[in-house]
Amino acid sequence: MFPMPENWKELTVKERQTARLQAWANAGLEFTTPEAKKAYEQRTRMISDVVQLKKPERIPIIPWVGVYPAQYNGVTVEKLMYDYEVLGDTFRKFNADFLPDSLVSCSMIGPGKVYELLNIQHYHWAGHGTPPNTSYQYVEEEYMRADEYDTLINDPSHFFQHTYLPRVVGSLGPWAMLSPWTNVIELPLVAMAAVPVGIPNVQQSYQKLLAAGQAALEWFGAVGPIENASMAGLGLPQIISGITKAPFDYLGDTLRGTRGIMLDMYRQPAKLMEAMERLVPIAIELGLSGANAANSPFVFMPLHKGADGFMSNKDFEKFYWSSLKVVLLGLIDAGAIPYIFVEGGYNQRLDIISDSGIPAGHTVWMFDQTDMKEVKKKLGGWAAFGGNVSGSLLKAGKPQEVTDYVKRLIDDVAGDGGYILANGAVLDDATAENVHAMIDTGKEYGKY
Amino acid sequence: MSQALISAITEMREEDARQITTQLLDGGADPLKILDSCKQAMDIIGDQFENGEAFIPELILAGEMIKSISEILKSHMTEEVVTHKLGKVVIGTVQGDIHNIAKDIVVFMLDINGFEVTDLGVDVSAEKFVEAVKETEATIVGLSGFLTTAYDPMKVTVAALKEAKADVKIMIGGGQVNERICVYTGADAYGQDAIAAVSLAKQWIGA
Repeated sequence: MFPMPENWKELTVKERQTARLQAWANAGLEFTTPEAKKAYEQRTRMISDVVQLKKPERIPIIPWVGVYPAQYNGVTVEKLMYDYEVLGDTFRKFNADFLPDSLVSCSMIGPGKVYELLNIQHYHWAGHGTPPNTSYQYVEEEYMRADEYDTLINDPSHFFQHTYLPRVVGSLGPWAMLSPWTNVIELPLVAMAAVPVGIPNVQQSYQKLLAAGQAALEWFGAVGPIENASMAGLGLPQIISGITKAPFDYLGDTLRGTRGIMLDMYRQPAKLMEAMERLVPIAIELGLSGANAANSPFVFMPLHKGADGFMSNKDFEKFYWSSLKVVLLGLIDAGAIPYIFVEGGYNQRLDIISDSGIPAGHTVWMFDQTDMKEVKKKLGGWAAFGGNVSGSLLKAGKPQEVTDYVKRLIDDVAGDGGYILANGAVLDDATAENVHAMIDTGKEYGKY
Repeated sequence: MSQALISAITEMREEDARQITTQLLDGGADPLKILDSCKQAMDIIGDQFENGEAFIPELILAGEMIKSISEILKSHMTEEVVTHKLGKVVIGTVQGDIHNIAKDIVVFMLDINGFEVTDLGVDVSAEKFVEAVKETEATIVGLSGFLTTAYDPMKVTVAALKEAKADVKIMIGGGQVNERICVYTGADAYGQDAIAAVSLAKQWIGA
């Protein structure tokens, strides 16, 4: 948990960021060796320097890793979702063998048992709708209908409880019968709100939720020591803790779907804008709660439906960027560091995102298929950036090609610091030689 | 051709497009001529997409407009229209991948451009592709995949089609697909977007 200083309200935004970075660097881990402690300090220092646009002693290497550790360890993703001993072996091995500069966390793999107990409908996962060796995948539908904007805007929490969750979580279907808890304002209304909870199938849904909660806690209890072993044993700081999204993706990914939200841009733009504005404080709180709980300043934000080709720059500014910017500023104001993963290409968007309204040295931008020389031109001196080593190269290239590519990338854009070496698309499938080539080249060639 | 209808569609005026269609029909216009105007409008939007002037919302909304106009026209058509198809395409998202958004746009654009498209959906095995090609006698196959884990299933599918001696040209597409993956999978070409898929298909059938 982030120990918030008592004078928090009096601190400037920069001081708040520094407080979070310092708390993260002094995490209170019981390191197993002095070397691990030293390595942890060095890594947090390098990453802090990069965020604050200074030249670190070496380029930090923070690969974005999905399910690749399973393939590397010769086990299925499905196995990792059910057998936490194998989960631990797999991620400890991956972290130890590749030694990146931040923890590759096992938490994103998730617990299959919990998803089964809840009867999750809107995702397929390894062995449950997708092959045992793949990542989870989203089943995109219009889980919120076009005529439900007012219900969402009026009370997002109740919309989730009463409408959204019953549609996507099989075991919570009966929650459609629950009334809003904001009804509970006079004693007789307490009883009225409790009535639907007594209905037998609502009771059953709570039984399932209790079982899922227990299974989730078991999983969480297993994950903690696994992460801790790599953090304290190898000196790997945790980067990703909080997660949140751009309001457009919050709505477009989770509720309306791509087709739905794109039609809303034409058919009901005012409602769409109003809903995104309503989601802004929720998105900020979501990111901060994770950052606070894990005592890491970084809030991971994958950007999806605003990439090149998804809409014009004019629409991007209006529908995507305007509310995303407010979320970024809200996170920054609380001292957090948005760690933004820009999926796809953002070649048309660089002028818009390098917005002078966002203070320099408070964001990190990781790119996939964007021209990195242009990124440096537009973002250099304003925000830390990185990424771009492609999934296709790591899968189908040769180690020498990876080495050459990484060297060229460093030559092109890393000169002044403020740079992180990373892959572009999430690492699910690759060859170990290529992943080593990326990381090892960064370590050797990335010294300043 | 109705310039008013073409403009309504290309300017994304959905309600106007419907009204103009009804007015044209009331005035005794030939439904086939109205369809031609729709086709013309889609060509313009396709060009705009290629030039970076139209984007996915416009493709999706245009698709919706054409669908709803076709519905209106149906009740005015006396007989089933037999249109000459340019060629046959079998398309699907490869095994292990369930992403469909981009593939669906490709299907729509191929269809509107005169191809007979058999859409096998998502998570499609190599065997299913081979079977579908045999059944439909398609000469073009489109393999879609969003994840990097789709690379190998694409490769397997290309190999299975070659093994079955299917006389087809194969294109691949998806967020993480590029020239390197085209070579890796053994596909004939890759496309960056739906418009690229249409031009590849047209090129392959010599249209």
